[in-house]
Amino acid sequence: MSEFHLYMAQRLSALVMAPFVLVHIGVMIYAIQGGLSAAEILGRTQGSVFWFAFYGMFVVAVSIHAAIGLRTILGEWAGLRGGARDVVAAVIGLGLMALGAQAVWAVTS
Amino acid sequence: MKVARAHPLWLAYLLHRLSGLGLALFLPVHFWVLSFALNDAAKLDAFLTLTEMPLVKMAEFGLVFLLAVHLFGGLRLLALEWLPWSAPQKTWAAAAVAGSFLVSTTFLLQAI
Amino acid sequence: MPERDHLTVTVQRGGPDAPMRPQTFEVPAYDNQTVLDVVSWIQQNADPTLTYRFACRVGMCGSCAMMVNGVPRWTCRTHVSKVLDGNAIEVGPLRNLPVIKDLAADMDPFFDKWVAAEGRHHPTRSRDEEIAPIDPIAAERQEANAGIECINCSVCYSACDTVAGNPDYLGPAALQRAWTLYNDAKDADRDAILDAVSAKGGCHSCHSMGSCTAYCPNELDPLSAIAGLKRATAKRFFGGRK
Repeated sequence: MSEFHLYMAQRLSALVMAPFVLVHIGVMIYAIQGGLSAAEILGRTQGSVFWFAFYGMFVVAVSIHAAIGLRTILGEWAGLRGGARDVVAAVIGLGLMALGAQAVWAVTS
Repeated sequence: MKVARAHPLWLAYLLHRLSGLGLALFLPVHFWVLSFALNDAAKLDAFLTLTEMPLVKMAEFGLVFLLAVHLFGGLRLLALEWLPWSAPQKTWAAAAVAGSFLVSTTFLLQAI
Repeated sequence: MPERDHLTVTVQRGGPDAPMRPQTFEVPAYDNQTVLDVVSWIQQNADPTLTYRFACRVGMCGSCAMMVNGVPRWTCRTHVSKVLDGNAIEVGPLRNLPVIKDLAADMDPFFDKWVAAEGRHHPTRSRDEEIAPIDPIAAERQEANAGIECINCSVCYSACDTVAGNPDYLGPAALQRAWTLYNDAKDADRDAILDAVSAKGGCHSCHSMGSCTAYCPNELDPLSAIAGLKRATAKRFFGGRK
């Protein structure tokens, strides 16, 4: 992955997420009316192919986006360079994807 | 020597970076809490009752703010980089998006 | 008449062999006085060992830029009255560059990156052929014209926090130069330019914080030039030509 490909991945994942984030904020505002409960969340999401696909794609995009963003911050603000920085960023990306997949499975299965 | 740099675009850059950093740090916690639902819905509920506390409510407001600010800051960047628009066009576009978002969110809050 | 007859001028002294330390001078105040005048007064009347650089004194050569009260500026065309903080000015060498001595920064990295950004002409014709006519109102030409008045003063390079955090970053001036060549009808190798600015430390490292455009003394807009390069490389990625 060159710096240019990371740039494109960062921008394309952002484009994918823009509508997701708008829906996410909308659902949050809707869902907190009258308090949050596990039953309410699960009632909306469990067994729903739509929410599985929505959150699934969201998790993949955000893992890529956050890992590339943190890689930049590690370089500019923490002085981490070269292969070490790439390894850390890859671990962050894969870790987020694993945690996210677990969460999506938990609320939609 | 102290470096002077607090002009609007630089502040927008800093806000975008800090909101992104904040969201990235929050994300693992968010995923971890949701994964409780898989084997222990009661544990998730116990966690969700925390959201009634004023302090947690403030933190939630902060997170939604970070998300919104990162979204619009990001759309601003995409427009700046990829759309060959003039500066005033971009300002108007950003104002239009922010305005319509405000109106529709207010509508949503009223409607439910 | 100035309110007081003296200015308090703090100058950063030092270099690779001695750590930087501030030294303060009292300099006579005049109605019309540039920061370069003040620095020259110190060197001519108070301390002849003060090192600084200038040449044309009229904002053409780009050699006298320094940090003035935390902002990189062309000192020959910066009036003291515009930058005075109370009755004081602090002058230092340009940021983001090695210091040769006192106020003279080493410009080598700045010009090396100019070359690394493929900031050189790739001819379309030889000297034996006729000169190609240029349409001055073509959109492409307008885009190139917007950036060619750069005087290589390194103010933008010094103002940029991305340069400060990322030593590989080519910086605003070099990338703007690449953008003007990319839009030059007489340049024969645009792909080489896009390759150079897509490499490590190229235009994609820029975070659009805009300090380059905010502080450019010639009121150029490197921020938009870099955005143009990002757009051109993204277009090429999707298979489009300009």
